Amino acid sequence: MPEYKRMYNKDKVITGLIIFLAVMTFPFWYNHGKAAPAPKIELTKEAKAAKQCVRDKDYMKTEHMQLLDEWRDVVVREGKRMYVNTEGKEFNMSLSNSCLECHSNKAEFCDRCHDYASADPYCWDCHIDNPKEKK
Amino acid sequence: MENSRRHFLKIAGISALGVGTKPVLDAFASSGGGHEKQVQLKAGEKALKAKNWGMVIDTRKLKTKEDVEPLIEICHSIHNVPKLENQRHEIKWIWETEYKHAFTGNENKYLDESTEHTPFLVMCNHCENPPCCRACPTEATFQREDGIVLMDFHRCIGCRFCMAACPYGSRSFNFLDPRGFIKEQNKKFPTRMKGVVEKCNFCAERLAEGLMPACVEASKGAIAFGDLDDPNSDVRKLLKENYTIRRKQNLGTEPSVYYIV
Repeated sequence: MPEYKRMYNKDKVITGLIIFLAVMTFPFWYNHGKAAPAPKIELTKEAKAAKQCVRDKDYMKTEHMQLLDEWRDVVVREGKRMYVNTEGKEFNMSLSNSCLECHSNKAEFCDRCHDYASADPYCWDCHIDNPKEKK
Repeated sequence: MENSRRHFLKIAGISALGVGTKPVLDAFASSGGGHEKQVQLKAGEKALKAKNWGMVIDTRKLKTKEDVEPLIEICHSIHNVPKLENQRHEIKWIWETEYKHAFTGNENKYLDESTEHTPFLVMCNHCENPPCCRACPTEATFQREDGIVLMDFHRCIGCRFCMAACPYGSRSFNFLDPRGFIKEQNKKFPTRMKGVVEKCNFCAERLAEGLMPACVEASKGAIAFGDLDDPNSDVRKLLKENYTIRRKQNLGTEPSVYYIV
């Protein structure tokens, strides 16, 4: 008789493995084909009228965090507060005063995407949101 | 026939290589910049400039509490400085104190009435040798080229070394989130958050717009502000004509705030 390596408690081990796999992969098949819809952001009247932000839309979409990071250093540490974009237009480098002047709907514009991407910037701990909001 | 097919494949191969690499080369060319118009970062045209900002406070014109209180009030309201009743949590940018506290070491046993009772306005002295900047491990507090000692709240880790280093007690620490203690938020200026140190900034944000510091504007001429390095400036004229004192001069920090007594 050939020597087989025997598996003890075969039934229990295999059942256990199957349950384990099922539990581990639960999130994958539970959410299968149901990606959370990308958030829709709303532009304010001012933003629509301006048509373009300080840079073009694609740049702002992907790079606004780098832009703001650069702005805060340049403004605070070098005392330069004017941003002249590629078209030669001037902007005051200020999150509260320039960005939110146009995008005064922080909840529908900033937060929706940030919540979706689970990006939680601490800008708002100090910078007051909605400086132009009328209550 | 064989030969020409071979020839054809060679040409086809090379041209395929060429077509394939062009976009890659283009991408390299554009990432190198050069063609794109450059973005510029600069100071505003109206911004006030100086080599070394300084302040002269004429205490002869600020005799009573009623004279100094509005100056403190305007500073604290535009900078969103919270009003905390508990003295241990207090945040101060500019405040008033007695001669004996402002000028420790200069005090005579018998002082004249007016000196003894005049409220002296004190704030960050924006020293030429700021000990706070040397103490700060993250360079969150730093000296600008124009002499202003500033806080970069983005970098402050709240270690309070600067508070220990400052001989004037000009710095305050936010033990609490200040938001709840601000009567009316000035939405143009940020608040601070729990865990950072703050102090007077010589109204750097107003200078950038071509405005004088708020306390200077509100003082009706009792406080002068200008370039200490410019012999023709208002502050230098006042310093030339009046006897002035500075706080704790023997420490060698070279304060930029002068007092006419």
